[in-house]
Amino acid sequence: MKIAVASGKGGTGKTTLSTNLASFLAENYPVVLTDLDVEEPNSGLFIEAELVSEERKFKMIPEWIEDKCTLCGICQKVCNFHAVIQLGPMIMVFPELCHGCYACSELCPEDALPMIRKKMGQLKHFKKGNLHFVESRLDIGEEQAVPLIKQTHKYIDQHFDKDFIRIYDAPPGTSCPVMEAVKDTDFVILITEPTPFGLHDLTLAVETMRELKKEFGVVVNRYGIGNDDVLKYCQEEQIAVLAKIPNDRRIAELYSQGKLIYREIPEVREELEKVKELIIRRMEEVVR
Amino acid sequence: MKEIVVISGKGGTGKTSLTASFAYLGGEDVIVADCDVDAADMHLLLQPDFADEDDFYSGELAHISQNECIQCGKCAEVCRFDAIPVIKGRYIVDPLACEGCGYCARVCPTDAITNKDLNVGKWYISNIKTGSMMVHAKLGIGADNSGKLVAKVKSEAKDIAEEERKNLIIVDGSPGVGCPVVSSLSGASFVVLVTEPSVSGLHDLKRVYELVHKFNIKAGCIINKADINKEVTAEIEKFLKEENIVHIANLPYDESFTKAMTNGQTIVEYSDNHLKDLIIESWNDILKSIT
Ligand code: SF4
Ligand code: SF4
Ligand code: SF4
Ligand code: SF4
Repeated sequence: MKIAVASGKGGTGKTTLSTNLASFLAENYPVVLTDLDVEEPNSGLFIEAELVSEERKFKMIPEWIEDKCTLCGICQKVCNFHAVIQLGPMIMVFPELCHGCYACSELCPEDALPMIRKKMGQLKHFKKGNLHFVESRLDIGEEQAVPLIKQTHKYIDQHFDKDFIRIYDAPPGTSCPVMEAVKDTDFVILITEPTPFGLHDLTLAVETMRELKKEFGVVVNRYGIGNDDVLKYCQEEQIAVLAKIPNDRRIAELYSQGKLIYREIPEVREELEKVKELIIRRMEEVVR
Repeated sequence: MKEIVVISGKGGTGKTSLTASFAYLGGEDVIVADCDVDAADMHLLLQPDFADEDDFYSGELAHISQNECIQCGKCAEVCRFDAIPVIKGRYIVDPLACEGCGYCARVCPTDAITNKDLNVGKWYISNIKTGSMMVHAKLGIGADNSGKLVAKVKSEAKDIAEEERKNLIIVDGSPGVGCPVVSSLSGASFVVLVTEPSVSGLHDLKRVYELVHKFNIKAGCIINKADINKEVTAEIEKFLKEENIVHIANLPYDESFTKAMTNGQTIVEYSDNHLKDLIIESWNDILKSIT
């Protein structure tokens, strides 16, 4: 079972929900939580676990071999991303701009641009009891999150069997990295706040999920502030509201200390229980 | 012309609410640019009239003309992004997977593949309730060029400021530490960092400040919800001192942020309390810092 937690924008409680839900589920089931917000993975701040392994992650970029090059100019012409440029008698590669499409490398008539590995980030795998936690972090200056997200998905698929409930903390927004993060999941939980900003960003996230033909439900965070428009919207659009996490200053305080909130606030535990029931029910359906 | 950019590393710190309040205080002298194009929310507070709109194109998407395709399979072979699956014997581009690298078109023996410019969103120029103007945008779903759209919004804002002879632009910056925030920061005269005292807030602040520092831009910081965790607030204050970042203000945890938003108002319009005074003082401090 693969479940992604996503939101139209950051700061709505995505990390709070994924870390609390994963820890809560891990009281009874084997769980792996994966932080796919590779630009700024934050889940790790809330999970205390021991490092099991660590790997460097690479992307492929071309490397110029001066001796072989005849300065024909083909590489510069074929690169749609301006990542390889001819400057006088030199070919320069800009690794941050390169999408690794291999066009320049394979179309170079002299084999002067072989593809080589370049580090783009780091994957870490932690474990505590039933709960595994995997995070990938993009190196500063690297701009393409999608390849690292792909490789992280692969790592999870290779290291965890079907018994694991897999929770993915997706990047915020509605752009490419989010699509990549939720693409192969069975269910998406969209988290939002009952405010005009929350509603606006939720509608974008809903559009995205519909475009991807994903099944999804909504969790309302900070329930009690703002107004009812988010609930009305969900009702009109026939979107299931899975849980409502109350607005409570104590939650903000616990969050600020990097603590899990369901352990201290029973109402939150009750709401997580609802999400858990849904997940378990769906897992049983899959088995049948 | 001066440009003030408000950023926060991660969402949820009150960045947009504060930027809108500053825009309101600046009134007709300040052009507003909403560069948080991924989740543009400022229009909910400033009531733009969407007077002008335009499509934004960036990047390409491959398209295979079935009439010319002889099913040789070369395109699918070279595509590194598995973007050309064979569906019922036809080679078809998956628009969500295609990166627009153009490689397939270069190897197709019958020139069946063309690259189309990709519409990745819309941008708008609006009159807003402050008596000034705002440039804003909406990024399309699954688009991957928000950095370029951000750059577009900023350059339009600059043009308008010049035309209208306004010498101040306030920018609601993009989240994160990637390409869009780099575009938001370029050309800034002063950066306002909005943060909150949580372990993740401090972590994000340090990461995004690395960028600001690289650009060598003068920065100030507002700690929102400062009373929620006094220890981390103290840590942030220490960090500001060490890095020579102007400590603009500490704001209390206050639900007026949400209430004002629910009313479609900026905080300085909605509330009449200590928070409002602090925001006015902050704005005056920011103005002082750029002169
Ligand atoms: S295509 Fe190859 S040979 Fe031609 S300029 Fe580029 S690197 Fe040199
Ligand atoms: S691999 Fe593709 S994106 Fe990278 S430099 Fe070569 S042509 Fe450009
Ligand atoms: S343009 Fe590049 S990514 Fe798109 S289908 Fe062609 S080869 Fe694949
Ligand atoms: S390379 Fe051209 S002709 Fe060959 S399958 Fe692709 S589109 Fe068709």
